[in-house]
Amino acid sequence: MRMAKYILKRIILMFFVFFVITTICFVLIRILPRELPADKVMAASIQARWDALGYNEPLLVQYGIYWKNILTNWDFGTSWYISYRTPAWDLLTTRLVPTVLINLYSLAFSIPMGLLLGIYAAIKKNKWQDSVISTLIIVFVSIPSYVYAFLVQYFFYFKWGLLPLQMFSLADAGGSYFTGKMFWSMIAPILSLSFSEIASLCRFTRAELTETLTSDYMLLARTKGLTKGQATARHALKNAMVPILPMIISSFFAVLGGSMIIEQIFGVPGVGPLYLMSIRLFDYDIFMLDSIFYTFIGLAAGIVVDLSYGFIDPRIRMGER
Amino acid sequence: MSTQNNLEHIPQEKFAFVNDGERLHDKKLDDKPIGYLKDAWLRFRKSHAAVVAAVIIILIMLFAVLAPVLIRSHDSQFMVSTYAKKPPRVKLLQDLGINTGCASRDFSEKSLIKTMALGVAAEGWDGSVTSLKDSMESKYQPILEITDERVTIGADKKESLSFTAQLENYLEVGFMYRTIEQAEYAKIVAWEQETGLHVLYPLINDNEYNMDATDANYWYKSVKGTPVKTDSNGNVKKLAYSDDLVLEDNYKRDAEGNLVYYEYSSGGTVDTAQYKVRVLYYNYYQYLYGSEPYYLFGTDSQGYDMALRLAGGIRLSLLLAISVSILNFIIGALYGAIEGYYGGAIDIILERVSDILSGVPFIVVATLFQIHLAAKLGAVPCLLFAFVLTGWIGTASRVRTQFYRFKNQEYVMAARTLGAKDRRIIWKHIFPNTLGTLITSSALVIPLVIMDESMLSYLGIVKLSTQKFTSLGTLLSDAQGIWTNYPHLMLFPALIISLLMICFNLFGNGLRDAFNPALRGVEE
Repeated sequence: MRMAKYILKRIILMFFVFFVITTICFVLIRILPRELPADKVMAASIQARWDALGYNEPLLVQYGIYWKNILTNWDFGTSWYISYRTPAWDLLTTRLVPTVLINLYSLAFSIPMGLLLGIYAAIKKNKWQDSVISTLIIVFVSIPSYVYAFLVQYFFYFKWGLLPLQMFSLADAGGSYFTGKMFWSMIAPILSLSFSEIASLCRFTRAELTETLTSDYMLLARTKGLTKGQATARHALKNAMVPILPMIISSFFAVLGGSMIIEQIFGVPGVGPLYLMSIRLFDYDIFMLDSIFYTFIGLAAGIVVDLSYGFIDPRIRMGER
Repeated sequence: MSTQNNLEHIPQEKFAFVNDGERLHDKKLDDKPIGYLKDAWLRFRKSHAAVVAAVIIILIMLFAVLAPVLIRSHDSQFMVSTYAKKPPRVKLLQDLGINTGCASRDFSEKSLIKTMALGVAAEGWDGSVTSLKDSMESKYQPILEITDERVTIGADKKESLSFTAQLENYLEVGFMYRTIEQAEYAKIVAWEQETGLHVLYPLINDNEYNMDATDANYWYKSVKGTPVKTDSNGNVKKLAYSDDLVLEDNYKRDAEGNLVYYEYSSGGTVDTAQYKVRVLYYNYYQYLYGSEPYYLFGTDSQGYDMALRLAGGIRLSLLLAISVSILNFIIGALYGAIEGYYGGAIDIILERVSDILSGVPFIVVATLFQIHLAAKLGAVPCLLFAFVLTGWIGTASRVRTQFYRFKNQEYVMAARTLGAKDRRIIWKHIFPNTLGTLITSSALVIPLVIMDESMLSYLGIVKLSTQKFTSLGTLLSDAQGIWTNYPHLMLFPALIISLLMICFNLFGNGLRDAFNPALRGVEE
């Protein structure tokens, strides 16, 4: 009961914060001067639509209209330049597919890799395997992801010719994001995203596991007669997972946001390039929706991660003083 | 029993003061006391990785500061677009016999002849050097060595020769047309006599042999780029590549058969009249700027000196990162101290404010700041504000937790009982406890800022590039799409950023371990 109350409180608070941020963003974006295309006919028709949609009303009225449209029609505005008269929400959701797909593939690859390497390093602590892995971790965590992208492009495309330079468009890959050909063209961005993900997960796992491996209950488990492997798997790993799992959950949320720079480099038709395009082309409805979207994901991730501690770790009681 | 009795009944006069008449002192410590910071430094010094990282950071900083001082021949605004995208060329290595500034490149037969012919023309325009083989001796020969020769079959199923050769990139530019005034012409001639280098070369005939009238490099007779020779019968014969190939020149000659070096182009009076001349760019560069083109890291995509641009980018990045880190430190410490010390309603209100700020995605903040304020304040201050706006929150929450931990401890209560004011308790008694974590997190902010700044300028959200300076991210984004042909454009900025990131992370980790009292004495 206390738990439910706590969750409810967090969610209400989240919506309050979300509302405030949305309002600030709305004001800052709506006061930007809008630009009409050079084409006169097009400009006149867009201007007429803007008048009809109330874009020339006072700001407060516009804000009311904005929320009314969202609440009644789930209408977040319209794209005027990126894709003429497509509803902003539709544009975002179609663009979400490749972003989520690439990031999920990357997670599916990097989570097991990161965990395994981290566990291996922790078990071999202070041996040469550990120092090799630890050194690599520092290097891979630090190097920015776009440098990996260049390396991947250089070796896999120019040197060995194994992978395509950019992701295929839908038409090239058979009209779906789930074809084998599409997956093949996604490997390069997936790889580029994975390096730092693997390294950071590995570092975290190693740190947590070395801590649990040296705790007293491990000694007790060994004296009870468990082998080292059994004790590690049943006791150390289980306890180490308490902080690791929320971290994995937060990376699942980060998936939705995607990595703008990797998507830009590999020409992924995802959310990141949409954001950049909306700024470049002054497509402010899209810019607004994108901002809301990123804000929402960030806030939701915060809550889910916080709550997950409570679900995963029985020692933590939520909402307790 | 008896001894005890004896001890109890010692007569009073037998008691005497030890050291009577002397003042008693605590024994002086043999060593100096080790303070908190000194202790941290001692532990920091033990972590070799962190020390090495610190040294590398200092070296990079030295490079950033000293590069403009050390590179005397030009400053950071010096730009030669003709020599854009050229690889590094270092005099020291050149003197040691290592050829820098060259790269392996594939050539077709036509283009190889054209490139090699530059050496012939530069050395033997007067007929002293005629064959390609002889011109290999020339210092103006762009082709250093032909490493591979092979027959390839093109798309049209025709066999053709292909070559791979070492190419000196700075000489490859060859000849160019320039339009200058007469006074300038006289100056060049005087300079030529003084140095013995040739800048002015004979003009080329515009006729059917010359493919492109603006290309000053087709000095020989050619048809569609293939060199030809007219034999005594007037037949035109195509020439194929061979070592002792002699090309037939196509220089402009006057009625007496003398070579023509300049030609009236435009303008009225003697002073303003413009003349078209053909210059060997490598020597013309020396005439203009007083030295041969040497670039430590090559030139960037526009023709600026990469070393100076990099130095500027590093300065910008570090300056930005360090300012952000300091501002975060100050704001976070103040805010966190107030939150943590006073608690209650103040804490709740301030926490909501920081909740809201931390909820705004950084990329949105940076974008909005740029759109709204960049024109008024400039891109760099805007970026600084964007970083600070959300950056201090982490620091503040760290300070806040430390204050919650320490504010009810006995020593703080003692201080309060003794009448210490709030300000004194906050800054003298509680705040020093947070210093370790604060310094660590401030150091770890620096690589994050460098990374985000380079990312934002790479994506073009922030436009930091001007004539005077540029950012590392802009250098990278300029290299986008062309870096496979000019790897150094990508290599150096990426390397510097990666090095900075790795070193600052190592350095920050070293600091964290050094300031963590729980790790004290672990290594011993």
